[in-house]
Amino acid sequence: MSSLAQSVVQSVDWLAIAPPTIAAVVGLVVLVADLFVRDDRKALLGWVSIAGLAAATLSLLPLLDGDRSTFCLRDDADVCSYTADPFTLVIQFLVLGGALLAALLSASALKEAKDAGRELPEGEFWFLLLSSAAGAALLPASRDLATLVVALEVASLPAFALVGLKRGDRRSAEAALKFFLSSVTATAVTLMGVSFLYAATGTLYLTETAAELRDIDPQLGTLAQAGVVLTLVGFAFKTAAVPFHFWVPDTYIGAPLPVAAYLSVVGKAVGFSGLILVTVVAFPSYADVWGPALAILAALTMTVGNAAALRQQATRAYSAVRLLAWSSVGQAGYLLVPIAAAGYSKDAERAIGSTVAYALMYAAVNLGAFAVAALVARAKPLNRISDYRGLYASQPVTALVLAFFLLCLAGLPPGIIGLFAKVTVFSAAVDAGLGWLAVVMAVNVVIALYYYLQWTAVLFRAPEGEPERHPVPAPLTAAIAVTAVLGIALSGAPQLVMRFAGTGLF
Amino acid sequence: MIDISASVMQFLLAFVVVGPLIGAAAALLPAPPGLKGKSPEQAVLRHGVTVTGAVLAATIVLTLGFDHDQPSKMQATTDISWIPALDVRIHLGIDGISLPLLVMTALLTFLCALYSYFKMPTGPSPKAFVALLLVLESGTLATFAVLDLLLFFLAFEMVLIPMYFLIARWGGEGRGPAAWKFILFTLLGSVVMLLGLLLVGLNSGTFDMLALATDNGRSLTTSVQVIAVLAIGIGLAVKTPMWPLHSWLPDAHTAAPTVGSVLLAGVLLKMGTYGFVRILLPITPDGMHTFAPYLAAFAVVGIIYGSLACLALAKQGAKGDLKRLIAYSSVGHMGFVLLGIATMTPTGVNGALFANIAHGLITGLLFFLVGALKDRTGTTDLDALAQETGAALYGRAPRFGGLLAFGAVASLGLPGLAGFWGEMLALFGAFQPAQGLSRPAFLTFMVFAGIGTLLTAAYMLVVVRRVCMGAVGAVQQEGRALADVQGYEFAAWTPLVALTVLAGLWPAVLLGLTDPAVQQLLAGGTR
Repeated sequence: MSSLAQSVVQSVDWLAIAPPTIAAVVGLVVLVADLFVRDDRKALLGWVSIAGLAAATLSLLPLLDGDRSTFCLRDDADVCSYTADPFTLVIQFLVLGGALLAALLSASALKEAKDAGRELPEGEFWFLLLSSAAGAALLPASRDLATLVVALEVASLPAFALVGLKRGDRRSAEAALKFFLSSVTATAVTLMGVSFLYAATGTLYLTETAAELRDIDPQLGTLAQAGVVLTLVGFAFKTAAVPFHFWVPDTYIGAPLPVAAYLSVVGKAVGFSGLILVTVVAFPSYADVWGPALAILAALTMTVGNAAALRQQATRAYSAVRLLAWSSVGQAGYLLVPIAAAGYSKDAERAIGSTVAYALMYAAVNLGAFAVAALVARAKPLNRISDYRGLYASQPVTALVLAFFLLCLAGLPPGIIGLFAKVTVFSAAVDAGLGWLAVVMAVNVVIALYYYLQWTAVLFRAPEGEPERHPVPAPLTAAIAVTAVLGIALSGAPQLVMRFAGTGLF
Repeated sequence: MIDISASVMQFLLAFVVVGPLIGAAAALLPAPPGLKGKSPEQAVLRHGVTVTGAVLAATIVLTLGFDHDQPSKMQATTDISWIPALDVRIHLGIDGISLPLLVMTALLTFLCALYSYFKMPTGPSPKAFVALLLVLESGTLATFAVLDLLLFFLAFEMVLIPMYFLIARWGGEGRGPAAWKFILFTLLGSVVMLLGLLLVGLNSGTFDMLALATDNGRSLTTSVQVIAVLAIGIGLAVKTPMWPLHSWLPDAHTAAPTVGSVLLAGVLLKMGTYGFVRILLPITPDGMHTFAPYLAAFAVVGIIYGSLACLALAKQGAKGDLKRLIAYSSVGHMGFVLLGIATMTPTGVNGALFANIAHGLITGLLFFLVGALKDRTGTTDLDALAQETGAALYGRAPRFGGLLAFGAVASLGLPGLAGFWGEMLALFGAFQPAQGLSRPAFLTFMVFAGIGTLLTAAYMLVVVRRVCMGAVGAVQQEGRALADVQGYEFAAWTPLVALTVLAGLWPAVLLGLTDPAVQQLLAGGTR
């Protein structure tokens, strides 16, 4: 082969990029297939998408043997745009697994909507979900700022459409618009930050940026500093950190429930993995800037989220989803704590491992809680917390499982994994000397316990009237069972996720 | 006493901790054929009695197999890695300090299960009741058996949810707010405690209590120790409860069902004081030294405050609730325990541990009695019970009245009964506190605590006079018959009475176990 061809055609490690690629390709296939599939066979599209996500998740397995990189600079093989290291793999697992569970929820939600005559466009729905998942899976692997922003956009843009997909629903359209406008603003700010950084350092690769920032021309110092702060904004928005959280409750209520579940887990994963990449990998020398900023952000986020969740009235319409929305803001605050601690600690990788461990726990139990909420919503579409009264009497297993999920989120035994996930976050903060943040978090844990436990207590109260029985669709049962088994297995062997808190991920 | 192989002992201790959990899960399943009993309710309550009975039997065998010549040595130890990333190990073991508490917990839970079998508290299904009771037992037993700081925290938290539901579902008037107050107070305390435990663990590099106790605080700077003692101490003090963090206790006791009160007073409060002895004294001695005088001062205020509150409640026309009164008396009794610990001397700490057990037995008995009284008369309001003349229990139900009087005099610390030794040793300890602690201050504390014992005697005797004595004729004319002690009540209460007398007449049974362990704990390291 001629040298010209070699210089133009890059060799691509297809195995390494398989996870996001499979998701994207299956998404396209579904979109095209939608044109040819008869209306009564549309459910097939859902199963193809679920299979695609499962395949994408399984394609992580061959990558476990070691780090792989691709799209590298020709003259420097260490500088790459795409890297599949342990951090990438665990976040991709989280994202694809989360998307898979959300897809299981969606399958029954779509069918139900169809039966009720409020049909959602199935082909588009699955295409959007898969594209967003592909973007979210690409993001943790990105090692340059351009890919990072592209991945962020690929993950976000389909999400706007997903939120607004309920045709003729005014609230859904409004939620989508709100989400869209605030998200685009945040991304634009990030883009500006990236351009500042490019101007200051002359490179987009994260590792190179880190090296350039270490000994930067003092005249460009302010520019670089501003760039660092602005870049964080877009990711903080996706994590739903205060003050970028206003979109959360309305978006969650307006969106179809599975989409809300998807956003609460995968959307957050996009946000915090991006934050980790830019802070720990790209800007380690600016730890004194982003460390305190993230610490304050974390404290504000958890306090605002929990305080708002505390104020939810049980009898208000959609109060269950509203509560989950606000509590997810509170949980985002806990996720930020170890990232902030990484700015203070010598062993930054160990600290962010706590975030990863916490996120894995959170993903399993939060999706589980959403799955049970979707189940209850079938009988009681208003989904108020008071609708959960007496759930134990009519569906004892479901009620016990939901109680378990809520106690995991609260971090109390029998939710042992929730407890130890909080312990790792606390220990990251204490280790980094962020005592005040640990105390703020301690108070927040107690506040959060109040509303989680109140909800749990409602489940076991005597029911009002005869309990109704509704058939439960298989995909929903599968989603609840998978999350419950995960939660219980993790409670017995917390090491399964805690090991990420003990080792370097990069 | 008898030779049992080490692996059997290991298994027994593990069974004591895990057995109730398995039993709780089994209680939720439908009864297998052959064990269905007369009705599902009866079957599940019997299941509760069986499981707690088996656990009690296991603790008794553990006691028999325990090497009483070496009570300071950890025995029946298991040590396996659980979460390497956090350095959490499943490390179990018992020594002379934890063994009595373990046995008492198993005994009280068994008696509670037995009592409920005959007298199920009013509320929703007994299935959940039994399951919660067993989870509660597992959590408390684990607290006394684990030797890892994070595992201790886990066990400490494990009792919250079951106790919350026991109060909120099977409790009496005002149970909702009382249950909330209980759980929020304890949780706020325990998350602060977690921060302290993490501070200790991260600074010394291990969460293992034995290693940390052997280290005796040498790898922790004084400032770390001071912060750690403050944080851990707050968590433990809420649970104990220490004045002024006690305000959840009277409400919780008043609202809780009988067995809930018994376990709350008899077992849960001990988790706090046990933590002081097991964690703070050996692991952070310098920090403890700094705070000892304050701890003692708060303890003495608690003693005086508790007894004054009781006196006010016992007064005629005060509408005092008998359960609330016993709850306040607990604040006073736990004050003695804290005073003993704060002296940091072997005498004081031994006294504290003795008073711990004594309080568990006596207050457990008193709550049983008051609960039974409420079942009979429908009220625990002292004024409603006694009216003008006195409730005349001696005349109407002599055995019942006699038991109540026995509980009351045991509680006020009559020599010859269990309540006496602990408080006396605690006062002795305060007479000669550890080196470096201000003796005049502790002498003052001792005097005030002594006044506290007088006040305790005063209100207990007032209670006896108003409840047990009185003119039979006046009450009986109103046609209020009162059943005397039933067979199952005898079964549930006799062990407590017998042990109270035994511990009072032969304190060496307990002190022989605790003293060597305490000596070693205070000296630091293994001897």
